[in-house]
Amino acid sequence: MSNTMLEVRELTTKYITRFREDVYAVDHVSLKVEEGKTLGIAGESGCGKSTLALSLMGYYFPPLHYTSGEIIIDGHNITGMDPDVVRKMILGAEIAYIPQAAMNALNPTQKIIHFIEDVIQEHDLYVTKKDIYERARILFETLGLPAEVLQKYPVELSGGMKQRTVIAVSVLLLPKVLIADEPSSALDVTSQKMVIKMLRQLMETGLISSMIFITHELPLLYNVTDDIMVMYAGQIVEKGTAQETVFDPLHPYSKGLMGSIIVPEKGLRDVKLAAIPGVPPNLKNPPAGCRFAPRCKYVREECTLHSIPMHEAAGRRAYRCIIPEKELREIYAKEAYRNAR
Amino acid sequence: MPVEKELYLSASGLTKVFGFGRQKTVAVDHVDLNLYEGEVISIVGESGSGKTTLAKMLLGLISTTEGDIYFQGKKRDISTHRKKKEYWKNIQAIFQDPFSSYNIFNKIDTVLLDCIHMRGGRKFPYAKKVELMTEACSFVNLKFEELTNKYPFELSGGQMQRLMIARIFLLKPKILLADEPTSMIDACSRATILDMLMQLRKEIGMTIIFITHDIGLAYYVSDSVYIMEHGKFVESGSADDVILRPKEPYTKRLLNDVPKIYEEWDLSTV
Ligand SMILES: Nc1ncnc2c1ncn2[C@@H]1O[C@H](COP(=O)(O)OP(=O)(O)O)[C@@H](O)[C@H]1O
Ligand SMILES: Nc1ncnc2c1ncn2[C@@H]1O[C@H](COP(=O)(O)OP(=O)(O)O)[C@@H](O)[C@H]1O
Ligand SMILES: [Mg+2]
Ligand SMILES: [Mg+2]
Repeated sequence: MSNTMLEVRELTTKYITRFREDVYAVDHVSLKVEEGKTLGIAGESGCGKSTLALSLMGYYFPPLHYTSGEIIIDGHNITGMDPDVVRKMILGAEIAYIPQAAMNALNPTQKIIHFIEDVIQEHDLYVTKKDIYERARILFETLGLPAEVLQKYPVELSGGMKQRTVIAVSVLLLPKVLIADEPSSALDVTSQKMVIKMLRQLMETGLISSMIFITHELPLLYNVTDDIMVMYAGQIVEKGTAQETVFDPLHPYSKGLMGSIIVPEKGLRDVKLAAIPGVPPNLKNPPAGCRFAPRCKYVREECTLHSIPMHEAAGRRAYRCIIPEKELREIYAKEAYRNAR
Repeated sequence: MPVEKELYLSASGLTKVFGFGRQKTVAVDHVDLNLYEGEVISIVGESGSGKTTLAKMLLGLISTTEGDIYFQGKKRDISTHRKKKEYWKNIQAIFQDPFSSYNIFNKIDTVLLDCIHMRGGRKFPYAKKVELMTEACSFVNLKFEELTNKYPFELSGGQMQRLMIARIFLLKPKILLADEPTSMIDACSRATILDMLMQLRKEIGMTIIFITHDIGLAYYVSDSVYIMEHGKFVESGSADDVILRPKEPYTKRLLNDVPKIYEEWDLSTV
């Protein structure tokens, strides 16, 4: 039997802007992360991936506000917990978050070891500097990072090394869930690979129990995750295994997304890239009904009438579209046939 | 290479050295390049390999330290302002960070009007200019009416990049140098931008130099590929040869390090 490390039920959160406008960035999102598994979140920039990450940690500071839904971390319901308590008790210890561009946020005038002291002392005031150093050294050794890095300033490290250092530090308190938000986007391919290898190592050595991996780079997501959720305009539009979502997408948006994948592999030059026309909606004023309807090739009148729930599909899959699975498959099959001729 | 095609742009022994003494950086190191009419070539390399410096030399934005550039068979001469302007009618660029390439105090109409003027349309009646600008905007799925009186920084990254393509649509250069045109926008919008570039290529018969760190992208768009490492071209050839049958260890490593979807991604090599 598998252990659920994180469960989120129908979570809805919003930003309230300076002009008192609501931005519905996370809308009725449900998800589960099981022990030993990596869940991927895909979607174009602005769809709410980073906001979802903050929301599911219970990390609500203005302008972000909780509206409804539940968050259960390793069996403990943290819904409604005071954000300051979340910061002290949950962040880092239960869920660790590596924000986008985290490596650039390192204090340039602080040695890595002093940064680590701050992180640990936030949670445990009484631990000695010597113990902290020992813990950090052992962690770095386990992960194959040179211990000398601890005595260095951020500017003395390469981009890839900085990012791996940030990741190592984020798991010092052995979190149940690690959320990596675009952890390798700014790196060249070789450093990216080293970062991914290290994330895998974290899981294999039990330093973390599960992971949420966020990126818009689909080939990367496919290689790193067990399951994938596709997000569009604040909502999850499809859930399934990585294999299913990439090779057999159901929702028209996922279908478009997977058709835009570019990899240096044989045959790629012969397929026409699928470009999705139009732009995502403004989340201050999302369309009624299906949020993807204005850009959807298969839109029908019913699509715009009322909001669309998730529909179950074969296996453990689900997608948010009124067109039945069988009919969608027929549509896609016909299209593929036409494109092939 | 089809012999009847004209050799548009070529470079031999092209070199750029920044600084001197201990600060010396050889950014581009004796590079040879041939660009034929109608071709799309890609220059692929990791960051810092010298791609942008090479692009700037080809454009005539910075001086060369060594080597020659030939344009349509003759040695390129951009010694005067007038000659430079003449050259830039033939070769234009789109850069990675669209916000860096405009004067931010110019409104979008001004940006587009400048293009019409560069093509000798200064004396056109205003209605004709609006018609041209509207056509260019609709080519890239932007609405001209919504853009007038806006400043470039009021647009999103994707909109800006499309505006850059609208500029090229108006300028109709023979050669387009696209330096990482999609690296600031997310993977999903990338297909849209590429589509537009390829459509434009067909429409005005453009020759393209595509600069990217993304070897998959290079494979998708180009006829031939040049792999750049530390300022040097280490391997070049047809896209199929270089990507599917790489010879150099460096090319192999780049290919090996990219996540793919049909082939296993081997993490043991780093
Ligand atoms: N501080 C904020 N105030 C108001 N709106 C915000 C704020 N931060 C993000 N947003 C909006 O919320 C939406 C989701 O943003 P984000 O979670 O950063 O998306 P992603 O990580 O997928 O790129 C966007 O439309 C963005 O404009
Ligand atoms: N103006 C400059 N002065 C000094 N060094 C420079 C300058 N421009 C680029 N360089 C150096 O030249 C090398 C190549 O840079 P660049 O052409 O920008 O590479 P790429 O575009 O492939 O990332 C780098 O080492 C960079 O630091
Ligand atoms: Mg984000
Ligand atoms: Mg560059």
